[in-house]
Order: sequence, then structure tokens, then C-alpha cells
Amino acid sequence: MEILMIFMIGIFVSVATYLILTKSLLRVILGVVILSHAAHLLLLTLSGLKLGSPPLLGEEAASYADPLPQALILTAIVIGFGITAFMLVLAYRTYKAHGTDNFDELRGSEDD
Amino acid sequence: MINLVVLPILIPLLIGVVLIFFKEYKNLQRILTVSSMLLVLLASTTLVYFAYADGIQTLALGDWPAPFGIILVGDLLSASLVWLASILGLVTLFYTYQTFTAEREYHYFHSFFLFLIVGVNGSFLTGDLFNLFVFFEVMLISSFILISFGSKKYQLRESLKYVIINTVSSMFFIIAVAYIYGVTGTLNMADLSIKVGELYEAGNSGILTVIGLVFLFVFGTKSAIFPLYFWLPHSYFAPPAAMAALFGGLLTKVGVYTVMRMYTLIFHHDQLIFNVLLIVGGLTMFIGVLGAVAQFDFKRILAVHIVSQVGYMIMGIGIGTSLAIAGTFYFLAHNIIVKSALFFFAGATEHVSGTTHLKKMSGLLKTHPYLGWLFFISAISLAGIPPLSGFFGKFALVVAGLEAGHYFVIFVSLLTGVLTLFSMMKIFITSFWGEVKFPDHAESEKKPVGRLLIPILPLVFLTILLGVAAEPFFAFSLEMGEQLTDPSIYIESVLKE
Repeated sequence: MEILMIFMIGIFVSVATYLILTKSLLRVILGVVILSHAAHLLLLTLSGLKLGSPPLLGEEAASYADPLPQALILTAIVIGFGITAFMLVLAYRTYKAHGTDNFDELRGSEDD
Repeated sequence: MINLVVLPILIPLLIGVVLIFFKEYKNLQRILTVSSMLLVLLASTTLVYFAYADGIQTLALGDWPAPFGIILVGDLLSASLVWLASILGLVTLFYTYQTFTAEREYHYFHSFFLFLIVGVNGSFLTGDLFNLFVFFEVMLISSFILISFGSKKYQLRESLKYVIINTVSSMFFIIAVAYIYGVTGTLNMADLSIKVGELYEAGNSGILTVIGLVFLFVFGTKSAIFPLYFWLPHSYFAPPAAMAALFGGLLTKVGVYTVMRMYTLIFHHDQLIFNVLLIVGGLTMFIGVLGAVAQFDFKRILAVHIVSQVGYMIMGIGIGTSLAIAGTFYFLAHNIIVKSALFFFAGATEHVSGTTHLKKMSGLLKTHPYLGWLFFISAISLAGIPPLSGFFGKFALVVAGLEAGHYFVIFVSLLTGVLTLFSMMKIFITSFWGEVKFPDHAESEKKPVGRLLIPILPLVFLTILLGVAAEPFFAFSLEMGEQLTDPSIYIESVLKE
């Protein structure tokens, strides 16, 4: 199971890298989103995939699954949602202001 | 005062949430924001006092004992950085009220300003890696909003890049946290310090070096060290001067603080990482200052200078002796104060002359002498001329570097100092000397600038004070250096063994 997860994370990271390196604004944002999912999966996998009992007091106390990574991932997902929403709005405003979503046309340092 | 450590986070958070409901009441917002910053200043002053008198202050949230619960730690380093952050926040607020248009203040400016302070203070005070990530994000989201505030074309374009680069580095933060949790099974910094030390003794250093370098990538992106600084000059040029001062003074310094914390507390066994820090620090300061020499724009020179000054701090951490850490802190404090003062000057000059480009203005010294001379003091302080604060930080770093035998990087740092002086003098000579000339000359001949100077005065006063009365402050930094180079003090006070 761990091996499968690691392969999946690898595919996610490669897809995300490809998307982040493209010129289109929306694809870059999608790349960041996929990278965040890869990171969350990595957090889940590295802290141990385990078929234990749920972390409830009194239910087979010896074989608890570690609840901490799940709490961490929940927090990270919520933060990721917020940032994604903000990025989409910002990208839309940039598109409206500049009339393009191509990063080649958005570079340079002229002060306007 | 058992809950003292949480106050610098809690006060701005509560007031910030309350202010969302009072969007239309400008004066109420101003009063509440300023008074909450004053409360934070009071709390952090008390915190510094207790951290100095009684040792490290800790607070276990919800009373869960240390390695399991969330813990807040106020040691000398974090407490004094919180103090500096609240001073800077306060003067930035006053500067903002002089320069911002009214429209901006109706768009939740005060709430996001306070949330930024929450993030910054939280990153300084937390004793737990994942909470560091969370507070980093609180800080970053607020900074995303503040940096794109106003939505000019240039601003939108550059803040978009800033947002994407910082988000990608945050994802790498999660990846690094995942690795270190997988290897050690804990995220509490004191506990990590012990477990990482045990793993080094058992000979498992390879994976830890990798994790240390991934963390360096993350914090290096936030603090703009050598290969990762490319986003900074454009992004910090885009927002108005008040926001640029806040970002230039605080945000990169949070990155430097985390580098300091990680590599003095957790990864201090690994000589390889310290060598990387030294090399990267040297490259950062030299290439940064070269960029600044090449620019001909007031604000842009200052923005590029941030890179070079971060290089000094990274070099100090790379040297790693207690004297070097003390010098790094002194330089950090000096830089927070002087850098933001210089950005305020850039804003004031822009207000007077209508431009930030050096070739379009000259002779400001004749029309606005106070502005000119106060700028001169800050500029030579940044370059490190003796009676001012910049000198003592650099002096301690140079002495520490020579003692440790890193002659080449010290040579680079001295060369960088000379080039810094050159580029600051370039600003002074071209924009303040010579015939009076700037674009909207006729109507702004006597444009008053006095009110813009009021928030700058405390900062200039602090840089003179840190220079002239350096001894007590330096004794404080030396004690901090001792505290940071001996992780057992931190571990004992957190884990209460």
C-alpha cells in the first residue's frame, strides 16, 4: 500500500511540476493545487498507513491509528482552500486588468 | 502572568475579527487598531522583561503537557522580535494614516493589518513546527491581500507571482514537515531537538541532512536568500511605501528568524548545513548589493538591498558561534528598524517630488532639509558607519567570522559594506544635492512633509540609540547568543524535565 501511495504522490508531483512550468495562468494555479494534494498525501503516507482502530478512548486502546497526521492534513486542506480561492480571484483580476493570461506577456519590470 | 505569551497573538486576533463588523466607521477602526497595537506593545515589553529576568516563558495551551500539546515559547530571541514587530506595526499605522486614501481604509485594511501582526507574532512565539506553518500561512494570506491592495496593473501582476511562489514554498513546508514527522514522530521543536540529536548519534545523518536542506529551501524562499530571491525586488516595489516598509522590515525577517531557530535548535549537529549557509550567505549579500548598485530607482534600490542584508544574517547563522548569533540578532534588530525607516523616506520623497526615479529629481535638501538629513543618518546607519547601529552588528559578525577562520566570506561582507555605502550615497547625492528639480516642481516647492516625518522619528531615534548606547543592548544580545547556542536551556524549559 505504501509503495502504491508513493507512486501516486510521484505522479501528482510530476503533473504539478509540468503545470506550474506552463505559461497559462490557470494551469499554474491548478498545478499549485495538485502539488498541495501531493503534499497532503505524503504527510499521510510518511506518518504510517495503518489498519488500526479509530482513535477513540476505550476502543482497543493498544492499536490506535495515529490521529495527529489527519488533524494536520485537515488544517492544511482548509488553508489550501483559502489560498486557492484567493489565487483564483487575483488571477481573474489580473486577467481583466492586463487582458491576457499568458505569463510571457506578464513579465518585465516596466512601472505602470 | 501565566498567559502572557499568548497575548501578542490573541489581542490583534480578537480586535481584527471585531473590526470586520465595523467596516464603515473609519475613526472607530483607527482608534481600535492603534489601541490594540499599544496593548501588544505593552504585553511584549512585559514579555521581554520576564524572559530576561526569569528565563524562558512557556505556555502549554489547554494545559496539555509539552511534547503532545501545542506550546508557545517566549525566549529572549522571540520576545524581543515580537517587541520590534509591535514598534514597527505602530509606526507603520501612523504612516498609513498620513498617506493612504480614505477608500483603502474602508476595504478591511485594519483587519488584515492586525491579522498580519497575528501571523508574525505567532511565527515568533510558537514552539511547534506545524503551528509555525499555520501562522506562516496566516501571515502570508494577509500579506497577499495587503500587497495587492489598490489593484494597480503593475501591482496585480507582481503580487500574482509573489502569491504563487510563496504558495509553492508553503507546499514544500508541508512536505518537509511530513518527512520529519515520518523520521522522528514528533513536531514539537524541543522534542525534535532531542530526537534528531539521538538519530545523529545513531549515525542516521543522511536523511536528516536532506530534511534540513528542504527546510532551508522553504525558509530561504521566504527570506529571499541567494538563488531564491528573484521575486522580492518586484513584489516589494509594487505596494505603497507604508506596506513596503512593513514587508521589508518584517516578512523576510520572519524567514530569517525561522532559519535561526531551526539551525541553532534542531539541525545544529550538521556541519554540512552550516557550510551551505555560509556559502549561500556570502553569495546572497554580494549579488544583492550588485543588484542595488545597478538600479536607479529609490524604492527599488531599497528593495534589492533587503536581499543583501539577509545575506549578512544567513552568514552569521552559518558561522554559528555564540558571538556570531549575538551579532546576527543585533544586525536583525538594526535592519528591521532602519530598513522600514528608509522605505518611509522613499514614500516621503515620492510624496514631495511625485517620482521615485533618481534621475528625475534633485535638490531636495534645499526645499526639505529635515527630510534630507534624517535620510542621511539612516543611510549611513544601513551602510555601517561607526556611531550608528549598523556598525556594531557588522563588527560583531566580522570578529566572530575571523575568530572562526572564515576569512573569505568576511572579505566579501566588507566589500559588500563598501558597495552598500556607495549605493546609499548615490541616492543621497542624486536626489538631495544639486539644483532643485523634480517633475511637479512648481506646486510642490513647499509641499509640507512634516507629518510624514513624525512616524520616522522614533525609528531614527532607535538607530542612534542602538549605536551610541550599544553596550547594554549588546550585553542583551550576547546573553541571547549564549541561550541559542545551548539548546538544552530551551529544551529544559519547554519539556520541564
